[in-house]
This record gives sequence, C-alpha cells and structure tokens, in this order.
Amino acid sequence: MATKAQNRITPLTIISFALVAIWLIIAAFPFLWTLWGSFKVQSDFFSKADWRNAFYGINTIKETGSAFTGAGYHGAWIQEEFWKNVMNTGIVVFFTVVISLTFGTLGGYALARSGFRYAFWILMAALVFRAMPHITLVSGYMLPFFEWNIWGLLPTTIIVLVAINQPFTLWMLHSFFLNIPKDMDESAMVDGCTRFQAFRHVIIPVMWPGVVTTGLFSFLLAYNDFAVTSMLLSAENETMVPAIASFLGTTQVQGNVMFAVAAVVSATAPLFILILFFQRQIVSGLTAGAVKG
Amino acid sequence: MKHRTFLWFILPTLSAMILFIALPIVSVFIQSLHVGHEQVIVVSESCGPFGCTPTTSIDLEATAKLQEEQPLGKFNGLATYTNRSHLAFQELAEAWRTTQTFGEFWDQVFNLPFYRALIFTLTYTAVVTPMVIVLGLAIAVGVNNLPKFLKGPSIFISLLPFLVTPLVGSLILYWMVDADGVIGATLQRIFDDPSLSLKASTALTWVMLIVYGVWHMLPFSFITFYAGLQTVPEDTMEAAQIDGASKWQSLIHVIVPHLAPLMSFVTLMMLMDNFRVFEPIVSFSAEAHATSLSWIIFNDLRESGNPLYGSAGATSILTVIGVVILLTPVLIRTWRDFNRKSH
Repeated sequence: MATKAQNRITPLTIISFALVAIWLIIAAFPFLWTLWGSFKVQSDFFSKADWRNAFYGINTIKETGSAFTGAGYHGAWIQEEFWKNVMNTGIVVFFTVVISLTFGTLGGYALARSGFRYAFWILMAALVFRAMPHITLVSGYMLPFFEWNIWGLLPTTIIVLVAINQPFTLWMLHSFFLNIPKDMDESAMVDGCTRFQAFRHVIIPVMWPGVVTTGLFSFLLAYNDFAVTSMLLSAENETMVPAIASFLGTTQVQGNVMFAVAAVVSATAPLFILILFFQRQIVSGLTAGAVKG
Repeated sequence: MKHRTFLWFILPTLSAMILFIALPIVSVFIQSLHVGHEQVIVVSESCGPFGCTPTTSIDLEATAKLQEEQPLGKFNGLATYTNRSHLAFQELAEAWRTTQTFGEFWDQVFNLPFYRALIFTLTYTAVVTPMVIVLGLAIAVGVNNLPKFLKGPSIFISLLPFLVTPLVGSLILYWMVDADGVIGATLQRIFDDPSLSLKASTALTWVMLIVYGVWHMLPFSFITFYAGLQTVPEDTMEAAQIDGASKWQSLIHVIVPHLAPLMSFVTLMMLMDNFRVFEPIVSFSAEAHATSLSWIIFNDLRESGNPLYGSAGATSILTVIGVVILLTPVLIRTWRDFNRKSH
C-alpha cells in the first residue's frame, strides 16, 4: 500500500533515516573496534599518540612482525586458562536451560489452564520475584551455603540460576500456552486421557516454538549473569563472566590488558552466532509479552 | 484443572521459587537483624624486668568458637538499618540542624553511602527510562520506513548491545572512553587537555554510565515498538491522511496512541532492569563517583575474609522495599485486568 504521498521525501524522513544510521553506527562500532583491536598489541589498542595506530597496527608490526597478533588470545586461553572458564560456562548454561525449561513448561501449562485465583497470585508473585535485583537474593544465599558447605560448586549455581530464571520462564510459557487452544487437550481428556497424558501426547508435540524462544532467553540469563556467578563460585569453578572481571584485577597490573580484551571478544562471539541464527525467535520472544498482554 | 493435578504440575517450579527466591528474602531479613561478632579480646599482663604492662591480644580460638556457635552474629535489632551506612537518621537530623542552605544539606546527604547509592540509582532509572523510550520509538519509526532488505540487518545490529553480557558490553565501552582509548584520547586532543579523563569527575562518570545504560537498553524498546508498528491499522492511517494529517501529525495522533499499551510494558521492564544497575559500575570502576544499591550490597559481601552479611542484608531489604514501591501501580493495574478478564 505504498502510495506516492507516503513515499515523498520530507525533512522528517531524512531526519529519521539519519537517526537510524547514527544508531546503527553507535551500536556496531564498539564491537567492530574491539574485535579488530583484539588482534593488536596493547600500545596500539590503547594508543594515546594516534588512534590510527590501532587501525594499522604500527606497534604490532614493530613488536611481532605482522599487523595481526594472536598473543592476547594465546595469553587468555592458554596462559590464564580461560578454556576452563569456557567449559564451566558450558556446563552451567546447558543444565540451567534444560532444567528451567522442564520446570517452566509444566508450571506454565498449569497456570495457563487453571482459572482459579491462586494461579493469578502465583503469577503476581513471579512478577515481583522477577523484579528482585539478583544481588539481594545472593546476599541471602551466602551464609546458608557456607554453613552447609555447598558454596562454590557448579550444581549450587545451576539450581540458583534455575530458580532466578523461573519467574520469567513461567510468564513467557504461560502466555504461550494460553495461545494453544484449550479444546486440543480437553478433547483428548474427553477421549479418556488423564491430564498428564493429554499434556504428553497433545501439548508437547506443538509446544516447541515457544520452548525454543523461552530457552534462548534462559540461555542469555545464565550466560550473561555476573551477580550470582561471581559471588557463588569458587576460583576454580569460575565461569567466563566473573573470570573476565578477575582478569581486570590481575592483568591490568601486569600490563596484560589485551588478555582481557581477547577474553571479552571470545565471550561475545557465541552471542553473535546466536543472534545470527535465532534473530526471528529472539524478536518474537522480546515482544511476546508486550503485544499480547 | 483440578487442584491436585495443578499442584503436581506447578510443584517443581514453585518449590524452586520458594526455596531460592522467597526463603532467601526471609534469610536476608534475619541476617539484617544481626551484626557480626566482635573479636574476643583478652587482656593479659606481660611482666618483664621493668615492671608489668598490660597487653591486649585477640583470642582467635574464642572468636572462632563464637562464630561457630552463632554463625549469624549477635542480635542487633533494627540498629543496622538506622546506622550511618544505611538510613542514617541521626546523621540526617544532625545535617539538617547544622546546615544553613539546602545545598549544604544536600552535600552532607550525598556523603552518606546509602543515600549516595540511592540518589544515583534513582537518577539513572529516571534518566535512562524516558530517553530509551523516546529514542527507541524514533528509531523504530525510522527502521519501519527503511526499504525491506535493510530491515533485517538493522535489527540484527541493534540486538547486539542489548544481548551482550552487561559486564562485557560496559567493558567494551569503557576501553573506548578510557584516557588511552579511541574516544578518550580523541576528546583529549579536541579539548587540548592531556589530563582530561572521564573517570576523574563525578558528573562525567554519571554521564558515561547513563550513556551506557541508553546504549544497552535502547534495542529493547526499539524492538517492542517496531513490533507494535506492524499492527497499526492501515485504515486509520489512511483516514488520517485523507483528513489531511501530515506525517508528523499522524505519528503523534495515530501511532503513539496505538503504541500506548506497549509503552507501559516497556516502562515496567525498564524500571525493573534499570533499578538494579550494577555491572557497569564494576566495569567502569566508577565506585569513587557513582555507586548503586546493588553495588553496595556486592561490596559488603565481597569484603574479603569478613563479609558484612548484616549490612548487606539491611541494604537488600531496603532495595526490595524500593522495588515493591516501584511496582505497586503495575500490580494494581494487573489485578484489575485479571478481574475484568475472569468475569
């Protein structure tokens, strides 16, 4: 329905295009800059004399003989053993996502099919829980966890992240299950299925799009978390994000900031790939709550 | 659904939330009523050839034993809430009495750790939220007018700042505005002031953190509004055009009202997320100029060797109260909606 009047170029259109262009540059430039700079030496990436050094790598050529160097990556992954942190992140994220989705699907389905008042109260409580700053909860875990001697372990962190994830997962899957017609599982129950059988044979086959979308956000929450992982994991069980934070403390002193830069780029790469493949699901998930409710 | 079936379905998620969200809040409250043990001090006389002198030493064994018996510390009532590091009633009253102008009083308040953090947190929330909503809407309208093949890539790029790990995203920006980084060094050259550093002044640090906040949060409101724009009814737009509305007028009178429900949703999400601002302060090492409520809790817990559970607990409870106050209007509205839907 593009008529001439709609496509006429007015000052307003020009301003709005310019705004979009500026935003896209501001959004993308820091990532490109850091990615490019992570292959340079510190005196180039943090060049007081001339920012172009970081672009052409003048000092990198002087020090290493080539315009690109993998020294930062080598230092981070091998010397500082960042690969261990990557493995820990892998474990934590995998189990957090799987367990939260299992709990969340069951709960979200029940909430979507129950018209009783307590269902509403559970959703409200979840909304309040969703708003709790994570660090306030962490301050409640520390003392008991120390007492029971379970502080610092990966399973402890996983179950905490699952719990923190639940309010969001519940809301999202609840609104997703509301969109699956009630008739589907109810007709199965008329045919003699129990509630659980109806869920198993009728709902599970059609729920995957919603579960995948929710899973992406559970993944992001577990992957991006700093408050919980930095306080609840011991040094040898550290995941990527707290490891990067502790790099800052140690490497800055030794003049190895490039290790941290390389680690930061390594931690961003999986997110980049995730957005590349799941852009549609992420967008639909972000707007699911908004457009429907 | 029968109550019994409902219970079985909801049990795993409910028990996870009760055990790890509801109980910790109770535990935090109990902690906040206690204060860490003081070290047990023994006074002993050591006698030498020139007479006896009393020396004090710490009885490590007794201290450890006390700690073992009462890990929470000793009961302190609400004293932690009112001490200097938290609500500081005494200091406030003192400042009110001794200062002449409002500015002086404000300076004194700003030196109290809790109020300093609260003021920054509220300022951050109050500035970032509206900026993100207005800019997000503007960019959503802009992207919606783009040719089709550019829309996908624009959304892809826009998602990056939002989905990147907050600690990592703020580090990336921090390295750029650092005195040696690309933006920091350029600013120094422009203003011809080699000592110019964004980290050195309170105002610039706040600006830096707020810029980060907008950069990080803007994609969320942009994406939401963009999705909303796809549902603007064509008929209404056409009717507005036939009636002679300019693009600007139809934006203000048709599109914005259509997006109003989305705006309240975005505002709610923004308030919740901005109120817990935390990672950028760690990344920017901004604590000298700006602290947030989450950051002071983190700092209390990190106190090496001797975490201040009581103090962290008191700040946490005050933060939770803040969150509940922030959410009350939304909760009331949702309650009304639910009642309307169920009848």
